[in-house]
Amino acid sequence: MFYRLSGQFRTSYYEDNRLIGEKLERTVFIATMLVASIAIPLVASPYLLSAVLIPFLIFSLAALGLNILTGFAGQVSFGSAAFMAIGAFASFNLLLRVPAIPSLLAFLLGGMCASAIGVLFGLPSLRIRGFYLAASTLATQFFIVWCLSKVGWFTNYAASGVITVQHVAPLGFALDNHVSKYLFVLVVVTTLTVVASNLMRSNIGRSWMSIRDMDVAAEVIGINPLYAKLTAFAVSAFYCGIAGALYSYAYVSTVEPDGFSLDLSFKILFMIIIGGLGSILGSFIGAAFIVLLPIWLNVFFSAMEHFSGLKAPSGITSNVELIIFGGIIIVFLVVEPHGLARLWQRAKEKLQIWPLSH
Amino acid sequence: MKHFYKLATVLLSASALLAAPACADQPEQYIPVLSYRVGPFAANGASMFSGLIDYLNLTNAKGGINGVRITFEECETEYNTSRGVECYERLKDRQGGASVIETGSTGIAYALLDRLPQDKLPMTTMGYGRADAADGRVFPWVFPLISTYWSQAAAMVEYMAQQSGGMDRLKGKTIVDLYHDSAYGKESFPVLDHYAKEIGFNLIKIAIPAPGIEQQAQWLQIRQAKPDYVILWGFGVMNAAAMKAAARVGYPREKMIGSWWAGSEVDTVPAGDAAKGYLSMTFTAPGSFPVLEDIKGTLYDRGKGNLSGDAKFGSVSHVRGIVIGILMTEAIRAAQQKYGIGRPVTAEQVRWGYEHLVLDEKRLGEIGALGLIPPMKTSCADHEGSGAAMVQEWDGTNFIPKSKGWVAGDRALVRKLAEQSAAQYAADKNITPRDCGKED
Amino acid sequence: MAFFVEVLVGGLLAGVMYGLVALGFVLIYKASGVFNFAQGAMVFLGALTATGLEQQGVPLWLAIAMTAIFTVVLAILIERLILKPLLAQPPISLFMATLGLAFVIEGLAQAVWGNNARALDLGIPDVPLEWLLDSTGVGVSTFDLVASIIALALIGVLSAFFSLTKTGRALRAVADDTKAALSVGIPLERVLIIVWSAAGLVALVAGLLWGARNGVQYSLTLVALKAFPVLIIGGFSSIPGAFAGGLIIGASEKLADVYIGPMIGGGIESWFPYVLALLFLLVRPEGLFGDRIIRRV
Repeated sequence: MFYRLSGQFRTSYYEDNRLIGEKLERTVFIATMLVASIAIPLVASPYLLSAVLIPFLIFSLAALGLNILTGFAGQVSFGSAAFMAIGAFASFNLLLRVPAIPSLLAFLLGGMCASAIGVLFGLPSLRIRGFYLAASTLATQFFIVWCLSKVGWFTNYAASGVITVQHVAPLGFALDNHVSKYLFVLVVVTTLTVVASNLMRSNIGRSWMSIRDMDVAAEVIGINPLYAKLTAFAVSAFYCGIAGALYSYAYVSTVEPDGFSLDLSFKILFMIIIGGLGSILGSFIGAAFIVLLPIWLNVFFSAMEHFSGLKAPSGITSNVELIIFGGIIIVFLVVEPHGLARLWQRAKEKLQIWPLSH
Repeated sequence: MKHFYKLATVLLSASALLAAPACADQPEQYIPVLSYRVGPFAANGASMFSGLIDYLNLTNAKGGINGVRITFEECETEYNTSRGVECYERLKDRQGGASVIETGSTGIAYALLDRLPQDKLPMTTMGYGRADAADGRVFPWVFPLISTYWSQAAAMVEYMAQQSGGMDRLKGKTIVDLYHDSAYGKESFPVLDHYAKEIGFNLIKIAIPAPGIEQQAQWLQIRQAKPDYVILWGFGVMNAAAMKAAARVGYPREKMIGSWWAGSEVDTVPAGDAAKGYLSMTFTAPGSFPVLEDIKGTLYDRGKGNLSGDAKFGSVSHVRGIVIGILMTEAIRAAQQKYGIGRPVTAEQVRWGYEHLVLDEKRLGEIGALGLIPPMKTSCADHEGSGAAMVQEWDGTNFIPKSKGWVAGDRALVRKLAEQSAAQYAADKNITPRDCGKED
Repeated sequence: MAFFVEVLVGGLLAGVMYGLVALGFVLIYKASGVFNFAQGAMVFLGALTATGLEQQGVPLWLAIAMTAIFTVVLAILIERLILKPLLAQPPISLFMATLGLAFVIEGLAQAVWGNNARALDLGIPDVPLEWLLDSTGVGVSTFDLVASIIALALIGVLSAFFSLTKTGRALRAVADDTKAALSVGIPLERVLIIVWSAAGLVALVAGLLWGARNGVQYSLTLVALKAFPVLIIGGFSSIPGAFAGGLIIGASEKLADVYIGPMIGGGIESWFPYVLALLFLLVRPEGLFGDRIIRRV
């Protein structure tokens, strides 16, 4: 009833090929984009923009990158943070060393550097599978972070390995306040998301999925696993690299090898598992869950303390937040083992037939 | 388990008591507390931020700063940069605006560096962060108070020279720098390298990758090198593991000097007997001081202390937090003296206060902290204020002072390095350094 | 030469300790095909509970026994609350659930026992054996030796358990095909509880030994990091593999750090084991002792 699909007929190839087929979904998408690009910058507080929405979007992009590799191409990786680090450091060094390089180009090239390294570290995937591959991507993670902190050139011989990034103005659009940073991140993330959605419907996206579902069978029907796996690594690393550059330039304003630790890699993996493997929407839901839930719990508990005028013994609240966070993850998985995106899918089906039950 | 009962009580009564807390008509000054009480560094963080809160509560119990009450709000960062930035943005505009920020975390502090001038908010980085921020002309909003990493490294060398009977006696000696393989671990390099070249001692740097739970190989290398001293520039579990490994290869702990982040009970207690005799730097003297007694009497004896276990009272981390609190209130006090006694001051005015801290022996005596920290005096150009540190020894149960009073290295050298580095930063970021002659 | 031997021996002994941690992962993986992310947290919880009880005045042996019982209770809870509802779900969901479990355990452990760093004294001296040091110049710590013997005994007992007892065989059946095992009447509940209890007990032993070495603190969760490359080399599903992998990683990591490290800037211990494991994998994609992966279309 709320979500009507009947009465929509696709009468031309154009309509059949549209990215978002259903009219209602298209309306919702456009409305969301309008709210995100016009209403939010106008009314949202600097706190909401700079501390909640910007990291949410950036982590969503990184999660999308990993989801391309893990969710669509079936290659589990623990190395996403390392690719973020490459994106950030490459952008930093390009802006530092290449005179008058446009910052947008620097970010793009940063992403491509990540992409190139991604292909290199993707090579073992041709022989290794499953959790073994996942564990061996840890080599990527540790080696790259070690390399970035060891070779002084990457950090421009900074006295203390943490570098404050340059101020940048992509296309003359100076990233010097919360709104401009937010808008820039929004544009980049939206563009890359649309590209990714299209990619998944293309020849290459389908070859990834066939490799994921059964690589031997995919090979038999003529898909080159070398090409498919390595392109998946390349595209995934590119997305992560861009996310890394955004993380450094639009969010924390520093680049530091230790910031891109294994913890971050795990976090991004959690996002896609909890959000839904092989789902673009799932990357966003998962990022929201992992980024926003701890914040929300913290806000909730401090508000409760504030209103009740009581103070829990110090440190207890923090630990209780942790327990609840873990508990919620388990509960969600028990309710829907395929991720939150599937939950949304089911809700949609229910809405279609409501108030009937079948 | 008792925490759980307490918590259950809190949760139950929380639903019943939704009445707003009573608000007095007292003027208030707000300080956000970005703490970390869970995660890998919780053991240090919990005590440290409890110390800070204890001192703020003590100040309030004594009528505030010239009658201005201090309010504070806590936010859990987990020592995670992203969470820290979120906390900062969430809390900074509450309750009329934050006065000052202290994160206790290098990553968060660096991430806030760019936001401070926009928000006009001073940040203290006590014992960590950019050493070159001591140059207040380039970093007007950052205060690496008491001593920076570079001052610490210089003080270490100075202490070793004192023990050996003069700087020139260090010539030809071998010193191993066993460091945490991270940005933090390398902070000492510029100073140590300089001294090694100038005096002519043999400096061997050995990296321990994080987390550093296994150090057998590195300590066998150390035993081979037969160093006269081992500098332990470590962090977290690496410190206890290093003491254990030293005991195992038979290297005397009396020749190990830890940085101050390798010098608290959290580092020595887990190592058990292996930690006995271990030395470390500190910027807060161990022992009992009137201000600690005061906190005990006013807060803890009445069940109002912030620590979750009284055992941690007076621990190095706890005292560090108290000192952060002392410096905060002193800066606010200084600001009030200029901008109006008994009135809340703005963050910008607090910044002025931090630049005009005069904690001489007289003032330290008044607040019961004489000997707890080195006497210090900050200015527009010097955001560090002292540069001295103390060497303490772990006697198996407590830290006791080892060096005779405060030790400071070559201040001119450290200042020169800081100014060079700050000038480089200013050039990179297009910052025109302030002219301190024109500031009042 | 003595130095080389010393590094090698030290590495091998450290390797046994890595293997001990890896063992916990192997047990769970064997029974449910899942990488148990919470294993590190369980190591932490075990050691923390034992030392916490000890500080309350309970004698150490009793504290350890009580913790062991608690571990079994925890295993039952995990089976009831997490594994049962997630039965026959894709391994990745189970993996994620163990992650949630890790958060819960870490939060719980610290909420109950606080976040103090504690010392744990098992009464085994951690100094070099003097006669060995005097006669050969090679220093080997008594503690390391005792720890290795304990670890070896544990590995032996568990291997025997899996291959000789009925429960052990049932467990392998479950790992092979859960549904088939259920259909031939294997009591899945009991098997899962046994496995998780065993993994918990291994975690407790690992926690006690590592805790006695470096103190009982949050960083105990990080010993899991040392277990990953061991698992890759030894294979996720092999108990002797965990041991062999541990030895290889321990020895090569130390030798590399001493002889290669200084040439390229040091600190290579962070990634060297993983790169080594990767090289092993390129030759044998299922680890040295892992089950052969047979793929059918």
